[in-house]
Amino acid sequence: MGFAKPTAATRVVVAMSGGVDSSVVAALLKSQGYDTVGLTMQLYDHGAATARSKTCCAGQDIYDARRVADMIGIPHYVVDYEAAFKTAVMDPFADGYIHGETPVPCVLCNQTVKFRDLLKAAQDLGADALATGHYVQRLESDEGAALHRAADPDRDQSYFLFSTTRAQLDFLRFPLGGMNKRETRELGLKFGLHVAAKPDSQDICFVPDGDYARVIRALRPEAARPGEIVHVDGRVLGRHDGVIHFTVGQRKGLGVGGEVEPLYVVRIEPEAARIVAGPKEALLRRAFSLRGVNWLGVGQGPAGDGIDVRVKLRSTHQPVAATVFGEAGGERARVVLAEPEAAVTPGQACVVYDGARVLGGGWITRDEAPAALPHNLRRRSAAAAPTARVSVA
Amino acid sequence: MVKGGMTAKAHAYLDYNATTPVLNEVALAVTAALGSFGNPSSMHGPGRQARAAVEEAREAVAALINAPAQRVIFTSGGTEANALALRGLAAAGECSAVLTSAAEHPSILAHVAEHDRIAVDKNGIIDLDALERALKQRAAPVLIAVMFANNETGVLQPVAEAVALARRYGALIHCDAVQAPGKIATDMHDLGVDSVSLSAHKFGGIKGAGVLALRGGVEIAADMLGGGQERRRRAGTENVPGIVGMGAAARYAGRLLDGGSRVTELRDELEAAVKSAAPQARIFGKDRPRLGNTSCISLPGISSETQVMRLDLAGVAVSAGSACSSGKIAPSHVLLAMGVDPHEAKSAIRVSLGWETTRADTSRFLEVWLALAAQFQDS
Repeated sequence: MGFAKPTAATRVVVAMSGGVDSSVVAALLKSQGYDTVGLTMQLYDHGAATARSKTCCAGQDIYDARRVADMIGIPHYVVDYEAAFKTAVMDPFADGYIHGETPVPCVLCNQTVKFRDLLKAAQDLGADALATGHYVQRLESDEGAALHRAADPDRDQSYFLFSTTRAQLDFLRFPLGGMNKRETRELGLKFGLHVAAKPDSQDICFVPDGDYARVIRALRPEAARPGEIVHVDGRVLGRHDGVIHFTVGQRKGLGVGGEVEPLYVVRIEPEAARIVAGPKEALLRRAFSLRGVNWLGVGQGPAGDGIDVRVKLRSTHQPVAATVFGEAGGERARVVLAEPEAAVTPGQACVVYDGARVLGGGWITRDEAPAALPHNLRRRSAAAAPTARVSVA
Repeated sequence: MVKGGMTAKAHAYLDYNATTPVLNEVALAVTAALGSFGNPSSMHGPGRQARAAVEEAREAVAALINAPAQRVIFTSGGTEANALALRGLAAAGECSAVLTSAAEHPSILAHVAEHDRIAVDKNGIIDLDALERALKQRAAPVLIAVMFANNETGVLQPVAEAVALARRYGALIHCDAVQAPGKIATDMHDLGVDSVSLSAHKFGGIKGAGVLALRGGVEIAADMLGGGQERRRRAGTENVPGIVGMGAAARYAGRLLDGGSRVTELRDELEAAVKSAAPQARIFGKDRPRLGNTSCISLPGISSETQVMRLDLAGVAVSAGSACSSGKIAPSHVLLAMGVDPHEAKSAIRVSLGWETTRADTSRFLEVWLALAAQFQDS
């Protein structure tokens, strides 16, 4: 893993979630002879998240992580980041929806609690590296460590790690980046881990029942502000119970009928509590802006005169060709797609790739109204409009 | 003194207030008790044999704390003994409320409403004037719960003064003395309290046995119902090996007490080294009467979690705050009740020594901990 000392003298802290991936990482490192230490983050009150306040604050995952650590024979500790997780992940998640965005809390968590606080805790324990169960590859290059997509494209989690800084990447290791899930589960069986067949998590961890609107209302009781659903042509189509229930590109759940064409959410206007709906063509966007840009490529950010890349706009999106222009000294960027895309969703991450390498990325802003579409671009409207609701890593 | 038969010496173990090593005498007695497997309630020979073993243990515990043997009730531990006292005494005495200090153990606090928790001073000592004011406000009888020694700081509570107040206002008074045996003489008659709770594993016994002892004339309502065990005060087949082990530990506690000055010397040495090498550290309750084995130390700027983990990875066992079943560490409610700044409370650890502690153990602690303190001072 690129350490200049014997494995037994190299302390690696593993971020253990209790799932099969990070459990296999811990078992693998231990079997390779590293001085392996497991840390599990207590992020939120599990009893409260599942609305069962009498249950323990710790979920099953923490117990699973402990049992794996017991079984493979490594020290394991639970570290309490409830306060930091609320401030850095849950509050921005709620505020994102309230502001008409569709946030990606897993990126925020990686960026703050995991790679800032947990990484610091690992350093405080005298560790040489922090290893996680993410499916991404960290490859040494001339300019230092580079972040690459996982070998298994179906498992690749690089989208969720775009905001990893160079300094963080130096300290991180991703032992599963070259494997596929089947190989991981086989290793889990080989190591005799009880979590070898544990299902993958499907939901945002602090919204285990998928009812994210309930979580937002609990965090921000004022969020449920009803309003109008209007057509892009100006007609009022109906009413809704709050913008937090909508995401750009969404088709179902608008509750309006009688239209000839299927209608999609094309814009959310939180200030007016207004949902703007329209036909598929109205979703198409060609250019948009990014804020909070993180850059792992050459320089402090994308070049001001543009760089030709591929970009991924949702965790399930296949990267498409684009030109990215750096702005504001690398803080912001402007993305111009080669072909217009449906559902460029504010709050989602736009991750920039050069082939398999992650160059960086930023958060899609909602600061402009969609430009009028050239007539010749409307042909793309037959394609399915994907939505960016649940995406976890 | 017999040493170290059952403990792993991989760690320098400095967490005696959490639990102690099992005394060799206890291990032998428990092993023997596993052989006399009869049910103490049975009429036949094996039953009588088990019953005799339980009664011998009862007499040993009664002698340890100078309580009447027939009023010693075996429980599953300190938490159950406290629950039985607070629920059972309050019910039998028709008490309208339980008053206690904010620095008590969670197994007491869980039974007491927030507004019935009396403030403590900066050393964690109950405010007797506030207690008296609270007593004056109550027309109906109340139950007071005051601990003997605090588990986190070791600070002793003014039990005699609290008893005097209780008598003046017709209140009942319970004393959680879980941290006392083996560390400080515990005489129920001298204390004058109505009940005392103990836990076997805090003084060389095994986990799963405890005692609630009642003063003569005081009654409780049973909480666990069913059979007529423990003179109908606590139903359920007795944990014979645990009880026998507690009896053996009780017989040995006097000798642990004799070794106390050696432990106190080690503790004082450790504190002196801490203060001279890390002046920013603070030792809580240092100038008040406290247990001679306990040191509660804050190291501002380094979280309790980090200190405990670093020490553990270097083979030194200490603790901090109160661990949830998840294992996460919450800041000590005792320090918060003492008015310690929450940030400083989050940087406190508890070091507690015992009869097997050697200077090699405390030196190992100092080596690791002082290096940590220096590292964070530099960064």
